[in-house]
Amino acid sequence: MKDTSDQSNFRKAWMSLLAKAPEGRAAALLDGAMARPAFTWLRAPEIGSTMVRARAGATGAPFNLGEMTVTRCALTLDTGEVGHAYIQGRRKEDAQTAALIDALMQTEVSQELRTSVLEPLEAEMTTAKAARAAKAAATKVDFFTMVRGED
Amino acid sequence: MYVAVKGGERAIENAHAWLAEERRGNTDIAELGIAQIREQLSLAVNRVMAEGSLYDPDLAALAIKQARGDLIEAIFLIRAYRTTLPRFGASEPVDTGAMACDRRISATFKDLPGGQVLGPTFDYTHRLLDFKLAADGDVPEAPARAAETGDVPHVTGFLNREGLIEEARHDDTPPRDLTREPLEMPADRPLRLQALTRADEGFTLGLAYSTQRGYGRNHAFVGELRIGAVPVEMDIPELGFAIEIGEVTLTECETVNQFTGSKTEPPQFTRGYGLVFGQTERKAISMALVDRALRWEELGEDNVGAPAQDAEFVLYHADNIQATGFLEHIKLPHYVDFQSELELVRKLRREAGVDQVQEAAE
Repeated sequence: MKDTSDQSNFRKAWMSLLAKAPEGRAAALLDGAMARPAFTWLRAPEIGSTMVRARAGATGAPFNLGEMTVTRCALTLDTGEVGHAYIQGRRKEDAQTAALIDALMQTEVSQELRTSVLEPLEAEMTTAKAARAAKAAATKVDFFTMVRGED
Repeated sequence: MYVAVKGGERAIENAHAWLAEERRGNTDIAELGIAQIREQLSLAVNRVMAEGSLYDPDLAALAIKQARGDLIEAIFLIRAYRTTLPRFGASEPVDTGAMACDRRISATFKDLPGGQVLGPTFDYTHRLLDFKLAADGDVPEAPARAAETGDVPHVTGFLNREGLIEEARHDDTPPRDLTREPLEMPADRPLRLQALTRADEGFTLGLAYSTQRGYGRNHAFVGELRIGAVPVEMDIPELGFAIEIGEVTLTECETVNQFTGSKTEPPQFTRGYGLVFGQTERKAISMALVDRALRWEELGEDNVGAPAQDAEFVLYHADNIQATGFLEHIKLPHYVDFQSELELVRKLRREAGVDQVQEAAE
């Protein structure tokens, strides 16, 4: 059982990464690493929405905040592995790439993909996030309360 | 009553052709691209996403271009598009405690753990027109400083530890959804929050301001205001587990308000909550104030008859698409209605003897 849950944790991590990747970036890395294998659509890319929920007071009862656009698809490789993608936005090409990578990560090329696609992608996204966090940190202030008159 | 009329097809076609030409404006001036609107008018984009109730910056930018910058018209376009999308599901509630904060300030605690982070704010600017922006120019890179990592705790959490503020108790009741069923009274708090987060910014601001001026006063302080990105996680039925499907930027405002207490509970601060798509600070603060005002009954306060306390009044008038739809329909042909009104007023005047008086004068 433990193996299965570790496996789905890994899968969750790469699928989450691919969902948030900048437009076209995963495709560029994949095409730089290997030729795309043949596949059959189980579900051609489809654009829809997800209702984003939040909690009242951040921790209380859930409420519907609003929707976001999502593209999803599913495909199967000739060798039988099934790849899924659910990614933010209206991006059919990126959804196809994400599903292909998801399927390929279940084959013997997974290690190669990890080093040539997932790790560089994660590093780039971490760098971009860190750059933003560093700009925010530069705007950190200390307020001093001035002494008020006594009366 | 609106009555369908026929004819005018040619005039309508020509009007729309002229609209397209006017939208483009002087062709000697470069045309605006969607990416330019998305990147350079991002707060307009954020408002359209928040009130259009659909997070997609490119679509919002397209809507702004198509609407010639009329944001309510752009919101209308987004709402119409939204109805064409199949709904894949609902996300897990987002965790704003795990937000990557661009901005995070508190008006109540100056030394809060994690610090006061101003972010890219208009606050403390002089509000003088900057004529440098009228000329092209490169922008210098904003300074950076080493950042702390880890989650930024909510300010209300600190007060909560001392029991000084009401708790937002964990609950997993599936919320009602006003996009799937008509908004009916009484509206519970989750439904009110859904209506408020997509409500018109101006209307929400006006109501919030009215509570500050004394119409349902509840002494709000901004306990915390934070803006930043949070991941959105959704359960994928085909997989049997949840994945992150994307990331949204949100503005969250938690107000700390005056006390309530009872025989069983000691006095403690109460809370209002605002959470809105995008960097939409004015709206999030307004939402928190109005949310708090609408909680009068639950918190055992008096109904002083203030507009912001009246859930039916607030929720049925807060949606700018419903409002503009009803308001603007009165400009469409009402000839039959008006014909009967004309006949009625002539009859009344006859009965009042107006015509005879006029005839006598002639």
